[in-house]
Amino acid sequence: MTGIGEYMINHHKECDEVFARAEEAVGEADWARAQARFDAFTRQMDRHFDMEGNVLFPEFENKTGHAGGPTQVMRMEHDQMRVVMHEMRAALEAKDAEQYLGLSETFLVLMQQHNFKEEGILYNMIDQVLGDQGEKLLAQLDSVA
Amino acid sequence: MIQAGLQLEQGPPISVPFRFFLAAPVFLLLAAAALLWEGPAAFAVRLSPAAVAIAHLVALGFMAMVMIGAMMQMLPVLQGSPVPRPRATAAVTHAGVGLGTLAFAAGFLFGEPWLLRAGALALAAGFLAFVVAVLVCLARAPRQNRTVGSMWLVLASLLVAVVFGLMLASLFGWGIALPNQAAHSLHPGWSLLGWTGLLVTGMGFELVPMLQMTAQYPKPMARYMGALLLALLALWSAALWIDEGRWGEVAVGCAVATAAAYALFAVVTVVLQQRRRRRLADVTLDFWRVGMLSLFGASLAWGIRVAWPGAWAGASPESMDILIGVLAMFGFAGSVISGMLYKIMPFLAWFHLQSMCGPGVLAPNMKKILPDARQRLQFRSQVLALALLCAAALWPGLFVYPAALALAATAVLLEMNLLAVVRAYRDGRARAASQSAPRDSC
Repeated sequence: MTGIGEYMINHHKECDEVFARAEEAVGEADWARAQARFDAFTRQMDRHFDMEGNVLFPEFENKTGHAGGPTQVMRMEHDQMRVVMHEMRAALEAKDAEQYLGLSETFLVLMQQHNFKEEGILYNMIDQVLGDQGEKLLAQLDSVA
Repeated sequence: MIQAGLQLEQGPPISVPFRFFLAAPVFLLLAAAALLWEGPAAFAVRLSPAAVAIAHLVALGFMAMVMIGAMMQMLPVLQGSPVPRPRATAAVTHAGVGLGTLAFAAGFLFGEPWLLRAGALALAAGFLAFVVAVLVCLARAPRQNRTVGSMWLVLASLLVAVVFGLMLASLFGWGIALPNQAAHSLHPGWSLLGWTGLLVTGMGFELVPMLQMTAQYPKPMARYMGALLLALLALWSAALWIDEGRWGEVAVGCAVATAAAYALFAVVTVVLQQRRRRRLADVTLDFWRVGMLSLFGASLAWGIRVAWPGAWAGASPESMDILIGVLAMFGFAGSVISGMLYKIMPFLAWFHLQSMCGPGVLAPNMKKILPDARQRLQFRSQVLALALLCAAALWPGLFVYPAALALAATAVLLEMNLLAVVRAYRDGRARAASQSAPRDSC
């Protein structure tokens, strides 16, 4: 059976992929394609934030009795990423490739250091703490739109 | 509680890594000045006092300075435990390594043993403070994952390199005989193949796939290469120690295997980057390519040099050693360092500025903080300096002066770029402070 951590790591890779596809289209100034790919990218990102913020983190916090711990920092970084994505959308609408690419460079480093912390540390803990409810949680994660 | 001690945000204050980064190009400039002052004689003999001084200005003042700053920033973030007392640790380490390098190099250049002694003591104090702080940080890591494991190896290598360095310093500074002639080989060996090589490969396994969106390195390589290299270094050291510094079959075998492992890392990295998912032009990527090419060249030349000591028809063994040193230190480590500075510094400036901005407000992005064109110009100057330094190793009479000037130029351009990041950070901070009502940008 897939572990929760493994499931989330695989979704990180999907997010990487849609991020790169959108950036590629902006780099080629193919604005129609960029718009469609950017929408796919933000859809996957929002889904990921929801899976963590609405399903995994509350369960983890319940189980460990820690609301102000590591999950709190991860939520703050989700908010930071949302702010950058909002600006990326504005740059896309203005067809400002330079601004978009500067923002996407920033977003990439922000996202990757965030993912590294989750994959190296937090997901291990989640697997350990929530492993016994794995099946139920995976079904819940699947149903996040 | 399972996550006791786990904090996922504890990067140090921005002044902690930045003071190391900003000092580094100054030492590169000093190395260029020493090369200009000494002229072709510096490259005539491998262990001339001037060559030793220049090598340490680069290895300690430039390479170690950035490596320490990057570790102080990244270890807490990547493994979830803070470096204890970051400001105090940074102050002691920065002063010890910085002033120690100055005194040590001056001692060699001007033939003043008291400067050399003072430098060695300051360096020992600086490195000791750093090693102790990082040991605490590693021991407290909530998960002993692959990154933490590789950092243990890096730190152990640094410690061994420092111990052998102190033995050599006792010889040159105090006239205390070496316990074993092998120290002459073991100090540079543990500094470059241990501390530097293990840090770059250990970080590379994580950072190359993340930042350039490549596939992962082959699992056995990422998992075992660090430990294998450390074992080879240990065996190599034991063989040299037993034979009092003479190269027997075991030492040669270990050295060739080590060179082959580093060459393999270079090839795998270039192949992964060739197939990267993110296709945009990127100065950091180009720096990595130059670095990997240099690593491959240095490994190949060193492997041949130790396996067939007499195989150099055209060039003298001395000039081959200098060429290997240039490729390993400035070509490999120097390129990777500059490339990583261009990711770490603008990101940290952005990250700290962003935390000062109100909700929904955005700091200037990384490319506004440090434009591509400035990075690209400095990259070209660094490649030119590398090419001229390689030529100077082989034909010192013709190329030492142009190489020294090019090295000075690239050091100045690098420092100007790093200062541009600091300026953008200060401007942003002033704007954030003066802003009463949130606007669109800060």
